[in-house]
Amino acid sequence: MYDFELVKPTTVEEAVAALSGDEAQPLGGGQTLIPTMKQRLAMPGTLVSTSGIASMKGVSASGGVLTVGGATTHGTVAAEAASSYPALAALAGGIGDPAVRNRGTVGGSLANNDPAACYPAGLLGSGGVVVTNTREIAADDFFQGMFTTALEEGELITAVKFNIPEKAAYAKFAQPASRFPLTAAFVAKTSDGVRVAITGASEEGVFRWTEAEEALSSNFSADAVDGLSVDADGMIGDIHGTPAYRAHLVKVMTKRAVTAAG
Amino acid sequence: MPKDHGIGAANKRREDVRFLTGKGRYTDDININGQAYVHFLRSDVAHGKLTKVNTSAAEAAPGVLRVFTGKDFEGIGGLPCGWQVTDRHGNPMQEPAHPVLAQGKVRHVGDAIAAVVAESYAEARDAAELIELDIEELPAVIDMKAALADGAPKVHDDLTSNLCYDWGFVEENRDAVDQAIKGAHHVTTLELVNQRLVANPMEPRVAVGDYASHSDESTLYTTSQNPHVIRLLMGAFVLGIPEHKLRVVAPDVGGGFGSKIFHYAEEAFCTFAAKQLKRPVKWTSSRSEAFMTDAHGRDHVTKIELAMDAEGNFLALRTDTHANMGAYLSTFSTSVPTWLHGTLMAGNYKTPLIYVNVKAVFTNTVPVDAYRGAGRPEATFQLERVIDKAAREMGIDPVELRRKNFVTEFPYATPVAVEYDTGDYNATLDKALELADVSGFDARAAESAKNGKWRGLGMNCYIEACGIAPSALVGQLGARAGLYESATVRVNATGGLVVMTGSHSHGQGHETAFPQVIAEMIGIDESQVEIVHGDTANTPMGMGTYGSRSLAVGGSAMVRATEKIIAKAKKIAAHLMEASADDVELKDGAFSVAGTDKSVAWGDVCLAAYVPHNYPLDEIEPGLEETAFYDPANFTYPAGAYICEVEVDPDTGKVTVERFTAADDFGNVVNPMIVEGQVHGGLAQGIGQALLENCVYDENGQLVSASFMDYAMPRAADLPNFSVDHSCQTPCTHNPLGVKGCGEAGAIGSPPALVNAVVDALQRNGKDVKHIDMPLSPARVWAAMNG
Repeated sequence: MYDFELVKPTTVEEAVAALSGDEAQPLGGGQTLIPTMKQRLAMPGTLVSTSGIASMKGVSASGGVLTVGGATTHGTVAAEAASSYPALAALAGGIGDPAVRNRGTVGGSLANNDPAACYPAGLLGSGGVVVTNTREIAADDFFQGMFTTALEEGELITAVKFNIPEKAAYAKFAQPASRFPLTAAFVAKTSDGVRVAITGASEEGVFRWTEAEEALSSNFSADAVDGLSVDADGMIGDIHGTPAYRAHLVKVMTKRAVTAAG
Repeated sequence: MPKDHGIGAANKRREDVRFLTGKGRYTDDININGQAYVHFLRSDVAHGKLTKVNTSAAEAAPGVLRVFTGKDFEGIGGLPCGWQVTDRHGNPMQEPAHPVLAQGKVRHVGDAIAAVVAESYAEARDAAELIELDIEELPAVIDMKAALADGAPKVHDDLTSNLCYDWGFVEENRDAVDQAIKGAHHVTTLELVNQRLVANPMEPRVAVGDYASHSDESTLYTTSQNPHVIRLLMGAFVLGIPEHKLRVVAPDVGGGFGSKIFHYAEEAFCTFAAKQLKRPVKWTSSRSEAFMTDAHGRDHVTKIELAMDAEGNFLALRTDTHANMGAYLSTFSTSVPTWLHGTLMAGNYKTPLIYVNVKAVFTNTVPVDAYRGAGRPEATFQLERVIDKAAREMGIDPVELRRKNFVTEFPYATPVAVEYDTGDYNATLDKALELADVSGFDARAAESAKNGKWRGLGMNCYIEACGIAPSALVGQLGARAGLYESATVRVNATGGLVVMTGSHSHGQGHETAFPQVIAEMIGIDESQVEIVHGDTANTPMGMGTYGSRSLAVGGSAMVRATEKIIAKAKKIAAHLMEASADDVELKDGAFSVAGTDKSVAWGDVCLAAYVPHNYPLDEIEPGLEETAFYDPANFTYPAGAYICEVEVDPDTGKVTVERFTAADDFGNVVNPMIVEGQVHGGLAQGIGQALLENCVYDENGQLVSASFMDYAMPRAADLPNFSVDHSCQTPCTHNPLGVKGCGEAGAIGSPPALVNAVVDALQRNGKDVKHIDMPLSPARVWAAMNG
């Protein structure tokens, strides 16, 4: 790790001001950034920690929307969204291990947009918006490919609003070493139809499986996707699974999520 | 009634109190006043010519004391290989130099190019980035068969090829085996990979070198399983320091699994640099460095052929293995695929003709050496997989096929140069079948099917050679070391004992088990016995701990030394009781004279030895301290039968281990709880190999599985509750305790059982899958099912 300055603001305004400096970077729970810095693969001059900003923390539900502060940890979401949005709480409670869940934040995960992270599937599957210090970004516009988002330089995720569906479930098939999703599906059924978000599988990062959404919107049962298939082109291939295997898992995990949603 | 003390008691491990309360003293806990830190600049390419290493900017960086390169080690010895293998044609193996820091070329990712010593670790690391480096990248050889092809790039330019040796065993049997296979009723053939593994002990390697200029004495603190071996190798072959000027200390060590047997460059560097700089020099491996510098394990590619008659009697066995040595020869690398592998190919069976061919190959990868089991898991895996396949091809129940071919009379001389002293393979198999409730399998399989899962049952037997090893025999086979063990038993004046052993505990529980042996012999409480190990300054020359040898060899040395103590103590007691030593008995910590009421306590005799006022000084010396060296007459041969039940998810290929039964014959058992723990740990690592672990290089020699994000370690949730048993006991016939060793059994016996179970699950469900290479990851199983 190289030397860096650590700033710990207590308001969003202070944080945004600090982020305008050279080589400044927000620090959520640091579950990706800190190991990367230890490897000397990242060298921010200043880290702006969000952990002291009270307004960026907390979970609340009203009007069919679950609002989660950007600096809220996975552990808090797992506990506090359990009654209002159990599928999302289960997703949060299945990330990493207790140590990771007690540090990692929803804003950090979404901003990083790891192609195998859980939260991108939760947000894209739910539909909703990412709230930043300057604007609201619709979930469908937020994710722009592996490790890429609509966030501008210095823009901070202050909150995330998830639409609470009628029913939903997340089905994750874990990569054997990291336990990140090798492929996972988040399925949500609303009065407007069904959303299916897939993470872990595509070289483009999280994506909506629109064919499955259509099939499930008319028949919300696992059988509805039986006739569909997913093209292996563009799927990730590595030592843990070929593109063809991941394409196969997209369907298996979608069916499992539908079954779990009931 | 289970015993509550002495041999056979399940005493809780006394060392766990300090380990579990954070009071262990590991090498990284050692910090010496004035200590400097070293950071190694390591190659990020697999193969290349060093055309420029300019350290001047680094030398000038803040806090830097000195920057070392390969030039500083010119004329200094390289890391030695401890075992010379002779090839099929009678020629010695090709043995390349193994410099402490790279000289002229780098040969694997992680090869150390330069070492920066600075006041702090951060300064050393910062300065290392200022070293100007030009490497002319050369094509890397990664695949073993490609490495042996004509015109392949050579890892070592001064060798004739990348072939270390072409070993044939038993060479005289080669033609007879070929003929027997040609004429056999049926031959089952299997090609398989025993994949490369990274040991990953919880504690990474650490070395602290220290130099005392007033006495010209060097001290190395290191994470080692065998400090005396390190002292001998480093002192005699690398740095030229005589033993009386070199002390090696291996304090608490957090696991080794073989990877801490070997002498590593960092140990030699820290010792050397401390003397050069007159400052203590410390190196602590990061986990990333551990992945690319700790010796890896396994990495065999094998073709095995088993010839049978119409009834399934084994007639002949032929195996052809390529064994990866990596870029350099690690300390015992050459012995693993040969003498620790070929000699085990008979397994539990009376196959009359066996021929083993092993080609050891240099590649641009991390050196490969012993890892839990070392050669024996590789032997067992191929043998027990081919037998399973043979049973299917012959239409014979796999249990019956094994029973039919079991060795049943002992001693049994195998056609691969070893003699099993004792065993009862039917007994462990019967026990395993009973504990595994094999008769209830069909009902469980039906239940699994209801849940959409495919259940499979796999079994295997195993034998291993432990208690390493008779020195005269291994000397003939090329070992450059003896393999005895030593113990000094020092009785103090007030009756307590200190036992100084050459064995080294790094998780095995020696501090608990060894006192049980001594306490049993003398009839005193275990708390009266303290074990000292790990420091060459206060223990007799010993060969350390590996190959399940500590109790069988080290424990035997302890018994011999204690016998000497008792013999002398009886003479003292006889004097005190005015009796003949021949009539003196020792029982429950007291000496008595048979047929009289004369008695003298253990403590009184000890006191007399050190306060010899009333003492037979004309017959014996004062004091009560004895040393024994024990050289075993033979290996020991633990054996057993393992049964695994798995469920396969046909949608994803994911395998879960539902039941695992291990029935082992370890001979006599000193502490059954520690033995169970050893088996549990071995099973976890064996199941880890079978299901999860895989060390992968890409074609350019980059280590793809270089962190725990991609290298899958077994976790508790990956394992079922084990059913383990060691009630079948055929005591070893040639050591005084009748013990055989239990450290490696679990890792040796479990991979074939698991793979056999998965193949069984697929076969039962209409998939004609004959083999899947480990690890049986979901992706691989799914691919096999849908291939």
